[in-house]
Amino acid sequence: MFQILHAINIDWMGRRRVFIGASVFLMLLGLGSAVVRQATGRQAFNLGVDFKGGTVVTARFKQRPTDDQIRAALIQKGINDAVVQPVTDRTDTVLIKVPLEGEGQDGRARVREALNQFGAEATPGTELEQDQNASYKIVGTDAVGAIAGAQLRNKAIAVTLAALVGILIYIAARFEWTYGAAAVIAVFHDVLVTLGFFSIFQIEVSLNVIAALLTLVGFSVNDTIVVFDRIRENRKLHRRDSLYKITNDAINQTLSRTVITNGLVFLSVLALVLFGGDVLRAFSLALFIGVVFGTYSSIAIASPIMVWWEQRLDAANREATLAFNQPRNQPRVIKATRSAKQSLRDASKPLH
Amino acid sequence: MKKKNLLTRVIIIAIVTLVGLYLVIGPRRRPTLQDFTWSGIKQTLAHNIHLGLDLQGGSHLVMRVKTEEFLKRLTEDNYVAAQNAAKDAGHEIKGGRADAGSGNYRIVLEPADASKAAEIKEAVQKKVELGDTSVWSYSQSGGTLTWTMTPTAERLLADNATTQALNIIDSRINALGIAEPTLQTHGAQSSHQLLLQMPGVQDPERVKEILKGESRLELVHVVGPPSPSPAATYPTEQAAIESLGGTVPPNRKVMQYSERIEKSADPNQPRPKQWVVVESPAIIDGSELRNASAVPSQGGGADDYEINFSLKRAGADKFGAWTGAHINEYMGVVLNGEVKSIAFIKSQIYDSGQITGRFSKQSAEDLALTLRSGALPAAIEYLEERTVGPSLGADSIRAGVRASLVGLALVVVFMLIYYRGSGVNAVVALILNMILMLAGLIVFGATLTLPGIAGIILTIGMAVDSNVLIFERIREELLSGKTIPSAVDLGFQRAFITIIDTHVTTIISSLFLFVFGTGPIRGFAVTLVIGLLVNLFSAVYVSRTIFIWLLSRKKVESLSI
Repeated sequence: MFQILHAINIDWMGRRRVFIGASVFLMLLGLGSAVVRQATGRQAFNLGVDFKGGTVVTARFKQRPTDDQIRAALIQKGINDAVVQPVTDRTDTVLIKVPLEGEGQDGRARVREALNQFGAEATPGTELEQDQNASYKIVGTDAVGAIAGAQLRNKAIAVTLAALVGILIYIAARFEWTYGAAAVIAVFHDVLVTLGFFSIFQIEVSLNVIAALLTLVGFSVNDTIVVFDRIRENRKLHRRDSLYKITNDAINQTLSRTVITNGLVFLSVLALVLFGGDVLRAFSLALFIGVVFGTYSSIAIASPIMVWWEQRLDAANREATLAFNQPRNQPRVIKATRSAKQSLRDASKPLH
Repeated sequence: MKKKNLLTRVIIIAIVTLVGLYLVIGPRRRPTLQDFTWSGIKQTLAHNIHLGLDLQGGSHLVMRVKTEEFLKRLTEDNYVAAQNAAKDAGHEIKGGRADAGSGNYRIVLEPADASKAAEIKEAVQKKVELGDTSVWSYSQSGGTLTWTMTPTAERLLADNATTQALNIIDSRINALGIAEPTLQTHGAQSSHQLLLQMPGVQDPERVKEILKGESRLELVHVVGPPSPSPAATYPTEQAAIESLGGTVPPNRKVMQYSERIEKSADPNQPRPKQWVVVESPAIIDGSELRNASAVPSQGGGADDYEINFSLKRAGADKFGAWTGAHINEYMGVVLNGEVKSIAFIKSQIYDSGQITGRFSKQSAEDLALTLRSGALPAAIEYLEERTVGPSLGADSIRAGVRASLVGLALVVVFMLIYYRGSGVNAVVALILNMILMLAGLIVFGATLTLPGIAGIILTIGMAVDSNVLIFERIREELLSGKTIPSAVDLGFQRAFITIIDTHVTTIISSLFLFVFGTGPIRGFAVTLVIGLLVNLFSAVYVSRTIFIWLLSRKKVESLSI
């Protein structure tokens, strides 16, 4: 049997401060980027037309003019703040992004007027290659108005939150409230870190990126559940062990699965980044970052939070029981106090 | 018992696999030998799977019906009618207004004699629909009469206007002969939005213009300048208003008149603006229209078309009676609030008329089409427009398929190296998963979109996760000294709990995406949900069966895992 990561014994919980510290640092970095950019008048996120409104025209040329030539042609027709973006996997194709205009302005028609300076467009219904006289063709447009943009944005946020509530309820029903809350906090962490990356590197946020964030939510919870499931099982098998040890064991036992599965998902997503084309690039990038942090967070965020929370509840419960039972049941009280102390000690265990 | 159990399992799997396979690559007719060649399979595959607009090319339009405009017009019309009704009953009205700002629709009348308020109310409500208390709530303060539209009625009327617009747009699309369009309401009901998808339409500009055409036709009585011959006009709006004494009374309207330009005129030159005063309300409106068609103008050139229209029976009666009483006066044809032509009434006219105005053949035909389909209750605006050409779609398919195959190959190679014999097991499950997932898409009539392809790639990840969970658990049980059969048993049992939990959570979040999400997000959710459901069968049931079969053959000494 060829096996990686056999019989590992790492004290994950002992390093929780490092983990949480690193995560907080990353989140602050992303938040800082967003806040600073917003405050200095730049954009916190590079929102695509889906959310900001505007028009993207995809044009394909027989003989593609340079970006500067296209820009000059646009300016000549009064389109001053257009962005001309080459398509990496098709050299004959270019994306022209025109910001939102007043009502009744047709971005596509205006871009067409500008591009007509390079020659005629292929007649509707024919491909560029079939039309002898044509020199370009508009092969795609996305035009989103201000209302639709705001609507899509609000909907994306609402759907994500609703999905998280659904997950919280399911985990709470199958496990405990604390488990559900810990999983959801970890998911929030993943989404925030990924969004931070998008702000720092100014990668365009489109509807597809939202789909990727939602996938990431699914994946992160998936990973967390695998660990929690093992914790639940170990708690039944080893009642005497502390939650601290049980959690460490569960993470170690599932570690080879975690590495294999996420490694494979990572490879599929890498294939998507490399071969999925430009349309899916931002989507795949979001997933790429998400898979890494989704794996990390189930070990480094969800589990420590759950352990800390459970121990707090445990300690509080025991204290309540202690006060209630004190006059009569002396021996049990002593035992209870000891284990309550034990769990508190575990909770505040220093790094080793 | 084990043997019999195994047989049942094998039969179930064989049936599901064959049915799935036939759904994916089998034609929906009597198959011929041709269908089982490579190109035949490819063709049927393309036919069986519905591709989204982003993959096959087409246009996607989201539009909003400006229902507030509809309600505003309704309020204004009722205001004019109420004034007229009060006057007809012999009461003098000294002021009033129709409010339509800030989402509140209100009609205010101020009678000259405040003590007559109750009588005026009676008179108005008898003749005008303001008496309908389900729509208008009446209140009176001092001598002022106020009717306010109830919020329920506002909602209901706006919804009706949206439905009406949907029907009209639908008939226009059909008249245009667009293949397989889908038109439906979009988003929340209160957003009054419509979504139109037209596969294969790459350049929707003409369609957009036609759908947007309000085509509000009215026939009006032109009253100013008085008795013009030939039709005289005012040079400015101001002059027209001054002729009415400085303010426009509610039963009059000042409208722009775009005169028919002579053929010699330069078409690029702006038309001189002219104004006329017309009587309000109109004699009849577009709802009385029976038919409209584009015809070349008499004596006009190749690009000089006009529109002939005819009226329905009731409209014709009304129109005939009116023209009979107004011989030697002028009537105007008003389109979308602008007078298009003015005609001298020589004799009684019953049921037909023309709209002249130097239309090109195309614009006359488009206008006739929209007139036939009826006027939109309110203008529409486009919120979202996405078009994808077939070549761009084909590029996306190629990229998506390539990425899926590379991902799949990587997974297969790893599983075979790492789990050896059992890896075969996982690969069989994975391939079956792919087939059944496509079959699921076909059975549910779901559309495959570009994000849907991404969903497929993620399903590969989730599917392989189930196998990894099971295999790792079996290995663990073996290492702890269990016999092979009991390690397999325990591995499946324990891993199954985890698999169910992970699948249910992902399905829950995907369902939210499917129900509340839009376009690309939905396409993604559909493939993911189908893929995960299929996975419970392929990764757990099928994989288990293969293990049972392996263990049942002879006494097993080692397990290749």
